[in-house]
Amino acid sequence: MWNSFGDFLSMGGYGLYVWGSMGACLLACVFEPLSLNLKRRALLAEVREQGAPDTGQSGS
Amino acid sequence: MPTNKINWFRFAAPQRFYPLAGSLTPWFTAAGVLLAAYGLYLGLWVAPTDATQGQAYRIIFVHVPAAWMSMVIYVAMAGWAGAGLVFNSRLSSMMACALAPTGALMTVLALWTGALWGKPTWGAWWVWDARLTSELVLLFLYIGFMSLHASIDDVRRADRAAGLLALIGVVNVPIIYFSVKWWNTLHQGASVSFKGTSMATPMLVAMLVMALAFWAYCIAVVLKRVRVIILERERHTAWARAEMGAL
Repeated sequence: MWNSFGDFLSMGGYGLYVWGSMGACLLACVFEPLSLNLKRRALLAEVREQGAPDTGQSGS
Repeated sequence: MPTNKINWFRFAAPQRFYPLAGSLTPWFTAAGVLLAAYGLYLGLWVAPTDATQGQAYRIIFVHVPAAWMSMVIYVAMAGWAGAGLVFNSRLSSMMACALAPTGALMTVLALWTGALWGKPTWGAWWVWDARLTSELVLLFLYIGFMSLHASIDDVRRADRAAGLLALIGVVNVPIIYFSVKWWNTLHQGASVSFKGTSMATPMLVAMLVMALAFWAYCIAVVLKRVRVIILERERHTAWARAEMGAL
């Protein structure tokens, strides 16, 4: 079906549309877990910084 | 059914669900990566060119799974929110909150890939068609759920208010699903068959493998998020503080 790599990339002239769709999904699936890692790290840092337990606050 | 071997309610406690979610996440991540690799191989190398749409049709391999997940996640979110309202169980509401951002992301992906598919086939990025409009309403429902939850300081009150919104919004899901039948839409009908001709087997298999990959990804990322939410909400408890190394 594909005669060359360039042929594969051009997707019969629809390259921008096909790769724009695939690329958006790939980006989303990479950045969503990464943003969760950052969120988790920030939470841990915040809780450790508060130090002693029993601050009387029930987390937000 | 006598199922006295495993007490499933045991895992309704956030403290017990936290390690379970942690041990399940890598399996779903691995399944998602392997299925996506196989699905893309099938979709981009094995599946033949479409007779009417040329190569542009290959967008289907991400568009349909994303659109399916946007609806499935909404129903799951409303289900957990409803369980949270009925049983007053904290973990249920945490699950609803963990599902919302991933559901919104899937909706954005469905709309984005749909626009990129609409331009070459219909000549327009967007039309106010019943299918597209109801999918846009779904995005607003997710955003509404998240912003309503974020706007109320008391977490349990936020759970109830946002949970109610999620339950009311669930009527939109059958509207999206049946929109192509109920109204005369530009969007093509049932996803498993192109006009007149049924979908070729390699195309169908590739799409179903990609759908499974999206399922696995969504389960993995939602479990990952619910763990962060559990720690955030249980930060005042001894076990959560020990888990976070703050004891």
